[in-house]
Amino acid sequence: MPRPDKGSPASRSRERRSPVAALSYWLERHAQNFVASLGKLVRQPFASALTIGVIGLGLALPAVLHLVVVNASAIAAGIEDTVQLSVYLTQPLTAEQARKVQQGIDARDDVLEAELVTPEQGLREFEQMSGFGEALRALGDNPLPYAITVRPAPRFDTPEAVATLADELKTLPEVDIVQVDTEWVQRLHAILEALGQVVWLAAILLGVGVLIIIGNTIRLDINGRREEIEVIKLVGGSNAFVRRPFLYTGVWYGLGGGALAWIIVTAAVAFLAGPVERVATLYGSGIRLQGLDTEAAGVLLAGGTVLGWLGAWAAAQYHLRRIEPRA
Amino acid sequence: MISFQRVFKRYPNGREALAEVSFDLAAGEMAFLTGHSGAGKSTVLKLIALLERPTRGQVVVNGRNTAAVKPRAIPGFRREVGVVFQDHRLLADRPVYENVALPLIIAGVSRRETEKRVRAALDQVGLLGKETSFPLELSAGEQQRVGIARAVVSKPPVLIADEPTGNLDPDLAVEVMNLFRRLNDVGVTVLVATHDVHLIDRFRVRRLHIEQGTLVGVPDAAA
Repeated sequence: MPRPDKGSPASRSRERRSPVAALSYWLERHAQNFVASLGKLVRQPFASALTIGVIGLGLALPAVLHLVVVNASAIAAGIEDTVQLSVYLTQPLTAEQARKVQQGIDARDDVLEAELVTPEQGLREFEQMSGFGEALRALGDNPLPYAITVRPAPRFDTPEAVATLADELKTLPEVDIVQVDTEWVQRLHAILEALGQVVWLAAILLGVGVLIIIGNTIRLDINGRREEIEVIKLVGGSNAFVRRPFLYTGVWYGLGGGALAWIIVTAAVAFLAGPVERVATLYGSGIRLQGLDTEAAGVLLAGGTVLGWLGAWAAAQYHLRRIEPRA
Repeated sequence: MISFQRVFKRYPNGREALAEVSFDLAAGEMAFLTGHSGAGKSTVLKLIALLERPTRGQVVVNGRNTAAVKPRAIPGFRREVGVVFQDHRLLADRPVYENVALPLIIAGVSRRETEKRVRAALDQVGLLGKETSFPLELSAGEQQRVGIARAVVSKPPVLIADEPTGNLDPDLAVEVMNLFRRLNDVGVTVLVATHDVHLIDRFRVRRLHIEQGTLVGVPDAAA
């Protein structure tokens, strides 16, 4: 808030204005500073572009990390659908007994589907997958037991529900081993969670970096305009009056940096979308690369603006005090 | 309007600029502050514009004891004191109009009123029509007059000038000094620091002569 008429009693009585006039003056000053500070940046395009470029890169990095987490979470969610349990039955067991067990499991509410894998099918799969077929055939007898592949019902695919299901299946007399393939999914979740923390850490560190860059740029700007600042203070300009154009300069830097970061990230996503889609198609997955949504774009622009204002404010607060006019 | 009471000023580097200076300048009065360079003239002006504070003693300007003016209130205080500098201190990257309008913009005067007052001030110093010129396009005398227009545009009751004719040839110096006389005629309290003997002899105004930090030969001074 400017305090244009916070002068002596004499000046206050001389310059007294209605609240509406004061507000219109205030708006006019701010609008004028808003435009003038942009004009100053445009008049020195190279220096401004450098500053905005550095800020843009600084803001783009956490945004990219954020997208990595978002996309990895989406992929993990896709994988979670395919959680399954492998139930190996005791030996020896007849085909009839095995089918009974399979039907029993299939009838459970928390099971979507239970599929019986005969020792013969198991052997074929094993041969295809491992290449150890020769070794197995050397054993003569098929050592594989009957197995049942169990897919939990949709509402029972959380790690806890799956664990419960596994424990219950283990109590069946015909069941030898229950293998749950969720452990690595849990690990993936833990990794993603840690990565989410990394995003925050990177955002904080780089945010501080942006603050320092803007603060330093404004400091140089202040030193370059020492003469002007002294004159303004000599003719009665308050610190707030002197500070205002610098604050707007900081806001423009921050906003420009935020916009640049958005452009960088959006361009990177567009560049990677094709290759990612090809990879997804190869794996038979419908996953598509997600870009920045409106909310993330808003956070980027608003964050840049706030950082710009803060950096400029800190620099102005510290350095303007030290410039006092000499006669 | 300006009152020094037993003012002693020592700078942080130990230099004693004023020993014990007392004088009163009544409202509407005009005076020359004379003395060799280094005698303490600039210090007197700095104390009036609150660029410095006295080590001891009191400086009262416009009814306000400068000791009681808090840092936050200094800008408001300075708007009541017009200052003219030897090197005029104009902003080279802004046209004459903006230079002169600066104190009014700071004080929050409306745009229309600002336009009116800037034109009036430029008219007063004989520079009407030079609004869009830049300071460096003007002669030394014209630049000094822009500086004076800026100092008086907000109609401060007190005007102080530090060697305002120091860089001017004699004719221009007389012209500028006549300008101060006219401002004084309309009620402004004027204090001009100068060592220009010609001007001092030519204009019969009160004289405060300072030597080694002390006022000498001034009848109404307590020192």
